[in-house]
Amino acid sequence: MVEFNLPKNSKVKKGKTYKAKDGAKNTRRFQVYRYDEDTGENPRVDTYEVDMDSCGPMVLDALIKIKDEIDPTLTFRRSCREGVCGSCAMNVDGTNELACIKDLNEIKGDVKVYPLPHMPVLKDLVPDLTHAYAQYASVQPWVQADTPAPGKERLQSPEERAKLDGLWECVLCFCCTTSCPSYWGNSDRYLGPATLLQSFRWIADSRDENTGERLDNLEDPFRLYRCHTIMNCTNTCPKSLNPGKAIGETKKLLAQRR
Amino acid sequence: MATGNRPLSPHLQVYRPQITSILSITHRATGVGLAVGALGLAYWLNAAAYGAGAFDRAQAIFSSLIGTILLIGFTFALFFHLCNGVRHLFWDTGRGFEMVQLRASGWAVVLISLGLTAVTWLIVLAG
Repeated sequence: MVEFNLPKNSKVKKGKTYKAKDGAKNTRRFQVYRYDEDTGENPRVDTYEVDMDSCGPMVLDALIKIKDEIDPTLTFRRSCREGVCGSCAMNVDGTNELACIKDLNEIKGDVKVYPLPHMPVLKDLVPDLTHAYAQYASVQPWVQADTPAPGKERLQSPEERAKLDGLWECVLCFCCTTSCPSYWGNSDRYLGPATLLQSFRWIADSRDENTGERLDNLEDPFRLYRCHTIMNCTNTCPKSLNPGKAIGETKKLLAQRR
Repeated sequence: MATGNRPLSPHLQVYRPQITSILSITHRATGVGLAVGALGLAYWLNAAAYGAGAFDRAQAIFSSLIGTILLIGFTFALFFHLCNGVRHLFWDTGRGFEMVQLRASGWAVVLISLGLTAVTWLIVLAG
């Protein structure tokens, strides 16, 4: 059953405020979700005043500056800092973003930073993605073919290859999946937009010969059909991909083969 | 999601309402409203079949101020659910999934269903 409120241990309390150093003229407030298992306390929101005159343009720049100069205990995932690794996915200003490619100038007022929504929190901005990765693995994301390997590459025409554009670029950051209200309510059995886009990436691949079985595995009231075309997924994708459309195409294939 | 002892990160509490999610939840809410409203329709038809006294009572309820407001709400729910249902039919054929189209069709649904409701009630109240 859907729960609208947060459980008791998840309610967010007011946290500490870290004032900017004297002399900082151009400051901005960052409200950041904090949780530390070792304290045994509920999550809280800490406020950091950051000197923007010595800060880079992106949300991740500000988080790194906070960690470097104000509070080294702040914990978040990051790696490539250019939107290709998918590590720094988080909820910024009310929508899910990759912090490294989210421009601070696009945000009005205080910058609010939370972990990806409706996920178990390991620490601060780091959610536990174990379940989401297991769901991804369940769609067997690799080429499957019964015909013997040709001894060289399995060839594709440029047209067949073009069908994978808009699908292969997914970096599995799970911004879309955790933006989906249906996933919030049904994540135990609904696969969610990221995994379903990846699933369609193999369905659409001309080299894959297991399309029928892949569709069989999705023909389930929950795994695929908990998608109600809400489209928060496509609205939030930091790579401007279209998971909602990939799911729609999958549903269409299932309808057509009846 | 089972989180063990770990806290669940905020979701509805922090996620920004947007045209995509608002129209979706409105579609569901209007669907529920139509189901409840269908009971009212059944009551009205039953009253008509039952006799003049029962029908007069039903008419009095529906033409009261609260009854009229509920009927206007029912009309909007009907038109919204209808228009957004057409939007869903387009999606079922694989069309209209780009964000530009989604915003345009979403606002079109809002404006058309409001317009149809207004026209309907202008006709009702004038007649």
